Amino acid sequence: MERNDPRSRSDAYGSRINRSHSPIIANAVPWISIVIGSILPIFAIAAALPMVPPLGLLMLLAWRLVRPGLLPVWAGMPLGLVDDLYSGQPFGFAIFTWSLIMIAIELIESRLPWRAFWQDWFSAGILILAYLLAGWLLSGGQPNVHSLVALVPQLVFTILLFPIAARIVAMLDRFRLHRWKAV
Amino acid sequence: MAPTGSRRSGYSRRAQYNLFTGYVIAGVGALIGATLLVLSFFQPHLFGGLRGAAQDGVSPATETAATVRTGSKGFWDTISGYYRAGSKNAELKREMEIARIRLAEAEAVKQENARLKGLLDLRDDERKPVVVARLVGSSASSSRRFAYLGAGLNDGVTVGMPVRSPRGVVGRILETSGESSRVLLLTDSESVLPVRRAKDEVVAFAEGRGDGLLRIRLINLGINPLEPGDVFVTSGAGGYYPPGIAVAILTETTDDGGLARIVSDPAATDYVSVEPIFEPEAALGATTPVERELSE
Repeated sequence: MERNDPRSRSDAYGSRINRSHSPIIANAVPWISIVIGSILPIFAIAAALPMVPPLGLLMLLAWRLVRPGLLPVWAGMPLGLVDDLYSGQPFGFAIFTWSLIMIAIELIESRLPWRAFWQDWFSAGILILAYLLAGWLLSGGQPNVHSLVALVPQLVFTILLFPIAARIVAMLDRFRLHRWKAV
Repeated sequence: MAPTGSRRSGYSRRAQYNLFTGYVIAGVGALIGATLLVLSFFQPHLFGGLRGAAQDGVSPATETAATVRTGSKGFWDTISGYYRAGSKNAELKREMEIARIRLAEAEAVKQENARLKGLLDLRDDERKPVVVARLVGSSASSSRRFAYLGAGLNDGVTVGMPVRSPRGVVGRILETSGESSRVLLLTDSESVLPVRRAKDEVVAFAEGRGDGLLRIRLINLGINPLEPGDVFVTSGAGGYYPPGIAVAILTETTDDGGLARIVSDPAATDYVSVEPIFEPEAALGATTPVERELSE
């Protein structure tokens, strides 16, 4: 049978015979990818405007909306703690907002169980807007009109980046469920 | 996507308890976050140690990225240098000749300065930088403007020291840890710097606006003497920065001063130097509240 079709005994996640998922990779990939997203923005040097989107939040939203049921409701607390160490906002800001965002998505999901990607993108956009406005208000500095205007490019960029983050999450999800382990 | 149903507990007691505990932990997490946030508003440096340790943890990666960043910038400069090389070269030669003449004049002024200072019995101390290091990163996604420096307590960096590049002031050290430190950039909305106009003694404050520009606020109000193109340098007031370092160029005048662009863009510098605090006693006096008297 393999001679006719080499992929006859395998699916998108690899061979189905004597192979199995790796539980470590399957559980760790979402958390690790969000932490990497939190760390990445410090590599860019932005002196004038907040240019780089909050990639950690973007990955959290993408994992939560593209793969519901994978991250627990309380995931915002430990992941927010890591984000707070690198983001430059006052400590506790991401713990607070990310926890609220996870609870908010939970509520949205219980109200609208059947959703298309457009609705997910819309709710992600609203949450990103609320997060960035909260970040402007609670930055520890004096919020003024000029820094609010300076927020607009980042906001537009972050909302436009959500579909790409969703595709990256879908890719990471295929990687996560690949059958790595030989049984 | 279709609901996964994993949040529906059904009749299983265990699933019901798990679900309920999850919600409780999420709510408690939000409360803890709010408490920490309020704490860090009143004590901004409370979690500095934790942040510093985290920063030190990723410093091998950020150092490497900084090296690559400055290296690749040199590469692009080399390529773009070939564009209209002939006319640029001629122009540079002309500028060079004028610069040579000005340099000779400056030498004469310097000598005269030294002679006059000798007459007045003034003495100039050689100011050596504490350390020269790279800016390895910044808070690029936050609305605050911080940069991270690849040198810390182990190199002798302490809180309050001015950071400058060859072009001008970059900022001031805000937090230090073993191998890295956090710099408050001039463009941050909490940064205030006493400056004066380079050509005369018009004094002002340069405040960050949070959108990349500095707001120049004149101390003596009246007729606004500023004009676009005026260069501002540090005045030395406050005791942190030595006087005479370039800060900003005015682009627009307003009622009480103007808007200015910074001279030294941190994104364009590869190495910055950390200098000792100019007048530690004056700086200490500036940070002491009015109600409390200084000892001595």
